[in-house]
Amino acid sequence: MAILELKNVSKSYGTGTNITEVLTDINLQIEDGEFVAIVGFTGSGKTTLINLINGLHFPDSGEVLMKGKPITGPGPDRGVIFQNYSILPWLSVYQNVKLAVDEIFPGWSKKEKEEHVRKYVNMVNLSHAIDKKPAELSGGMRQRVSVARALAMNPEVLLMDEPLSALDALTRGTLQEEIINIWSEDKKTALLITNDVDEGIIMADRIIPLTPGPNATLGPEFKINFDRPRDVTEINKDPEYKKLRNEIIEYLIDVGATRKQSNSATYELPDLKPVMPGRISWRRKKKEEQVKYF
Amino acid sequence: MKDKIINGLRFAGLGFMEPLVRLINGEEPKKNSINLVKRVVIPVFSIFLFIMIWHGGATYLYNVEADAKIEKALNDQGEEAAKEMEACIASGDVSCKPNALPSPLEVFGAYKKLMKDHAEISVKKDEFKQKVAKTNEQRVAKGQKPITYTGRPSFVDQIGTSLKTVLAGFVLALLIAVPIGIIIGLSDVLRNSFNWLIQIFKPVSPVVWLLLVFMIVKTLITDPDLDKSFIISFISVGLCAMWATLVNTSVGVSSVDKDFINVSKVLRLGVGKNIFKVVLPASFPMIFTGLRITVSVAWMVLIAIELLAQSPGLGSFVWEEFQNGSSESNAKIIVAMFVIGIIGFMLDRIMIMVQKVVSFEKTEIA
Repeated sequence: MAILELKNVSKSYGTGTNITEVLTDINLQIEDGEFVAIVGFTGSGKTTLINLINGLHFPDSGEVLMKGKPITGPGPDRGVIFQNYSILPWLSVYQNVKLAVDEIFPGWSKKEKEEHVRKYVNMVNLSHAIDKKPAELSGGMRQRVSVARALAMNPEVLLMDEPLSALDALTRGTLQEEIINIWSEDKKTALLITNDVDEGIIMADRIIPLTPGPNATLGPEFKINFDRPRDVTEINKDPEYKKLRNEIIEYLIDVGATRKQSNSATYELPDLKPVMPGRISWRRKKKEEQVKYF
Repeated sequence: MKDKIINGLRFAGLGFMEPLVRLINGEEPKKNSINLVKRVVIPVFSIFLFIMIWHGGATYLYNVEADAKIEKALNDQGEEAAKEMEACIASGDVSCKPNALPSPLEVFGAYKKLMKDHAEISVKKDEFKQKVAKTNEQRVAKGQKPITYTGRPSFVDQIGTSLKTVLAGFVLALLIAVPIGIIIGLSDVLRNSFNWLIQIFKPVSPVVWLLLVFMIVKTLITDPDLDKSFIISFISVGLCAMWATLVNTSVGVSSVDKDFINVSKVLRLGVGKNIFKVVLPASFPMIFTGLRITVSVAWMVLIAIELLAQSPGLGSFVWEEFQNGSSESNAKIIVAMFVIGIIGFMLDRIMIMVQKVVSFEKTEIA
């Protein structure tokens, strides 16, 4: 049985004539222990999709099922890593992770909690910065805190909303590897939302493209059969990788093109003459040259 | 050591002293001397310029007043009296001194006199305390109230009383405005329903608040031992000054970053934890801006309220001196003006320091 299931889910924002259908007819099944990536353009409704699953939003029609039961709100069984870190800037790394631990395991003793927090901070290689405030950390380190916080909740499903899109390419690579390593340790179910096809191929078992919104829906899935643990440099040389990558990108470009064609508005430019730079003279203007305002 | 001093200065809002410290340490002499001129010498020069203009203006007004006096004497009593008046003014006798804007020197003299007065009164107070110490012990042992000094308060005592009033008013404003602000900020319905009330009461003048508080306190507090005028003035100060904090807190709480709210929801934090761990820290910068405004409003309003409530303090000091009407009183009023301004400035600085300690945003707070 699928651990997470979306059945004919639709979601729109606004009412009346201002209504925007963001997602229509989303059908998705994620098996236990699977790593699924959803790839799509910015603005196609990726974040809306993840908010439907983590319980911050609810679908207009259709059902979001977690282990066969409809989702009624955020819960400790789904850990979320947000796009913009979303760690609390007034708490230290330790306190940020502890906030989650306190909520999820209220019965634990102080020592158990501390060990648990330290274990996960260590897992994301932040032990040296455990007492620092987020302002003192780099972007990559902040996202690591966010990863540690989500993992410390011991969720059954890990939801990642473009977790690495704000990072530079090098940090991105190392963090991808780290997330995969942590994931492969206890094989949690993971859903990654991303706009980077390479990231999806390196990390996921399946890639599902999301067509551009409005009325975004899921496209055909692409299976990725590289053996784990994956070596990024090896994969990069693999002709299979290139083929897969091209297929997905071509698909995304195709659906993107159909969307663009439907948009046929033309814009008229104002009829203005540009001012040439360096032609301003500061002499007093002659009477006939002066602009008359009245 | 040097960096410690500089950081300390910056923290205290005295960052303009930085080039001087660096110069003393012989660091980049050219750059730092230019900075010193820009940030210290020119401002000091501007203060001198201000005092010069003040002196010039005061001298001019003094002359106008003196001429008018002589003219009046000439018209009313004839030439003889006019000459007498001229001589009297030239001699600087108090009886015929023109009563105009006091010059900087006179103000400084008045300041010294006030301090001397304070020293005298302090000595008297100490003597009194020693005298009554034994009697007071006996009285306390008997369960009676100790005898306290009831003589005239000195200028410094008045400042102390004013600060006490403003502090009590500020604490009152804090205790009322912050909790209500949080509650209002958390709920749209409450915010909308309280909004009209806030908008109406916010611009009400301190005088009216004083009268309102007077009406209520007069009925409620009948115990003659309680200092009624102090209670009335600090409550009025609090009520006048709390609006900035109330509005800022409610706006700050209602506009917490959506990301933080999402985190709170995803972690399923309880109501208390949500408020104390997420909402409050996130709105601290806004709340503190409100509190800063509250402190400055409280200090500004205090003078007017003390003046009306007959509560001892700087306000009544100014009023009494004004009623006094001598030219020395004018100088004392101006001393009080500077003291009020400087204390207001220092209160603001203190608030900034507290804000720097408490706030998570370590960016420059001006």
